[in-house]
Amino acid sequence: MQDQVQDQAYDAIVVGSGISGGWAAKELTEKGLKVLLLERGKNIEHIKDYVNATKAPWQYPHRGGRTTDMIKHYPVLARDYPLNEKNLDYWVDERESPYTEAKRFDWFRGYQVGGRSLMWGRQSYRWSNIDFDANAKDGIAVDWPIRYEELAPWYDKVEKFAGIAGNRDGLEVLPDGQFMPPHKLNCGEELVGNKLKKLFDGKRHLIHARTANITQPLPGRGACQSRDACWLGCPYGAYFSTQSSTLPAAVATGNLTLKPFAIVSEVLYDKDKKRASGVRVIDAVTNATTDYKAKVVFLCASTLNSAWLLLRSATDIWPGGLGSSSGELGNNLMDHHFRLGAAGDLEGLDDKYYYGRKPTGFYIPRYRNVFGDKREYLRGFGYQGSASREGWSRAIAEAGIGGAFKDAAAEPGQWTVGGMAFGEMLPNHANKVTLDETTKDKWGLPVLKIDCATGENEAKMRKDMMADMAEMLAAAGVKDVKTYDLGYFPGQGIHEMGTARMGRDPKTSVLNSHNQVWDAPNVFVTDGSGMTSASCVNPSLTYMALTARAADFAVSELTKRNL
Amino acid sequence: MSLDTDKPLLAQSLIDRREAIKRVSALLGGAALIGGSALWTGCAPKDSPPVAADGTAAFVPFTAAEIAYLDEIADTILPDTKTPGAKAAKTGAFMAVMVADSYQPKDQAIFRDGMKTLDAAAETANKTTFVASTPAHRLALLETLDKEQKAYMDTKKPDDPAHYFRMMKELSLLGYFTSEIGCTQAQRYIESPGRYDPCLPYTKGEVSWASHA
Repeated sequence: MQDQVQDQAYDAIVVGSGISGGWAAKELTEKGLKVLLLERGKNIEHIKDYVNATKAPWQYPHRGGRTTDMIKHYPVLARDYPLNEKNLDYWVDERESPYTEAKRFDWFRGYQVGGRSLMWGRQSYRWSNIDFDANAKDGIAVDWPIRYEELAPWYDKVEKFAGIAGNRDGLEVLPDGQFMPPHKLNCGEELVGNKLKKLFDGKRHLIHARTANITQPLPGRGACQSRDACWLGCPYGAYFSTQSSTLPAAVATGNLTLKPFAIVSEVLYDKDKKRASGVRVIDAVTNATTDYKAKVVFLCASTLNSAWLLLRSATDIWPGGLGSSSGELGNNLMDHHFRLGAAGDLEGLDDKYYYGRKPTGFYIPRYRNVFGDKREYLRGFGYQGSASREGWSRAIAEAGIGGAFKDAAAEPGQWTVGGMAFGEMLPNHANKVTLDETTKDKWGLPVLKIDCATGENEAKMRKDMMADMAEMLAAAGVKDVKTYDLGYFPGQGIHEMGTARMGRDPKTSVLNSHNQVWDAPNVFVTDGSGMTSASCVNPSLTYMALTARAADFAVSELTKRNL
Repeated sequence: MSLDTDKPLLAQSLIDRREAIKRVSALLGGAALIGGSALWTGCAPKDSPPVAADGTAAFVPFTAAEIAYLDEIADTILPDTKTPGAKAAKTGAFMAVMVADSYQPKDQAIFRDGMKTLDAAAETANKTTFVASTPAHRLALLETLDKEQKAYMDTKKPDDPAHYFRMMKELSLLGYFTSEIGCTQAQRYIESPGRYDPCLPYTKGEVSWASHA
């Protein structure tokens, strides 16, 4: 039982303060709701708590690298690039928050105010009807209950506020948006892009990456200074994060209460009213529990954490948890599979270089299985890439020591260009999360058990993902092109999606077209959990749009007394 | 060519997946695989012994004399030129920290043994220690070792141990080019460049941008 019940009732409770939660808090408070924003981790105040944001490389004892102690304490994080000395505090303490892997799943978490909005890759693209039609067209999983047209005005809204720098390219597969001027392609990127225009019947496009790094100031935020330090928290507020963008807006309304160190153990469900009545919170420091009441609850805890919370809620009514009546809660977990592509050398640019450090590169949108192309797999992939001149690290493998060697290593080296493919993973009921009652976290909660693997479709797609990049680069005149496949395990994309999918039918989906839990209409889930399919396109911008749309709907339903 | 997943990749830093892409392209463009150690992305080597709980395998810190010795090695690889060299950038102390904190025990052993091997080679060639050898003798010895390590590293099997002199060279380069001298004097370091010019004329001799994070 709870230790106490908080008398003050809120209009809305938002669980999680990352990209989705920040948007929910902003939208709901701006519409006049009194909102309690709950965050399981510590607070990080904008600028003040970005302790390493302006530190120089030489101020780190290991120059940003990892130590054997770090590897020991962060065995999951150590599996890929996130483990590093510079923003270690932004990643979850794995000893406190274990999870169970039925199959290897790399779960890279950020438990703090701002969540992973502090460390995200900032790539911001709209999904299109090629994505929203996909399941219906392929007869896979269930149909999305929405189409692009319903989301487009919400993309407009979130892009304008978040600040997305990009070029209007006029491509059906990747709709244009409300963009600031893009971060310019450098001469290497432009060279390859221009060549590509004349190849492959003009169907493959190398475009400016669209990124949430602003190129013009916004209220309270400065334009990008080309520091390229975008995972430390930006002292200029130049990249979108909860702290730089949505949280100040929510605070300015006077309607927000932010509570860090608040772990939601369950959503409280009133079986007579068939509504959630609030949430139960464990204080992460004292372990005391408190119940908070609200008219509406938004779950924005990140895909796996929102599913984990639903699995623990209302189990007296539904043994499988709140939202489980369809039998789909926790199922259909997806990610983007990647870590392969090609790279090579650019010739003819030895007399060219750049000034500053760009926070992004280029993007090649999907061209497979669209516009008449047909492959032996479903769906497709896009590429993220960049061109640059090599730095000193090339000298490690080169012969030589001494003064001439040192001075040569200090000069920029060969221009190289490369692209890495990000592919769509099909929804599959068998890819799922459940509660592992045999293992408890630091707060006594049964941990999440993750059972997820890619299948044949992804394996077939990966051949194209690697070969196509090499083919494009070689055709564009890039020399010494080499392919690579670093291997992939689910989770590494840090694009977890699914587990509480949206749909048209309560019998086969967890959420309806407004991200409302079918079984509890005053509970909304607006993070990646709701995604019905994964697209190959980076998902965060779509979470923002879905959250803003759901918040608008929730307030309108509250006004109509439907919740 | 494909890359083994358990081979650590090295670059100045790694920020995101775009940076991973840059790293891979740098790698394919000729930058190195760090031998045996797991500094940047690496999974711990499969056969690395566990860290002993009773402290028997605890690493004995380098002495001031050993750090001075490492400084001389680094400074022979990266000497004073138009910019100060590795000793001025305190590269020896950095190498000592990295070997102690970031190397797996078997790589620590290779590195330590390598320091003895190198001194023994100096004794044979110059009848004195490496530190006491003349600058010309030091250079000649390390040029020989550099050829030896490169030939070995270019042909070794993935699971074979790294050559100790590759480790020394790599840590020298890493330590120097991420030091204050290496960033601000040998390269261009501007904390907030303020703009990005995507395409500027470049004249041979101009130095690289140092990375931030």
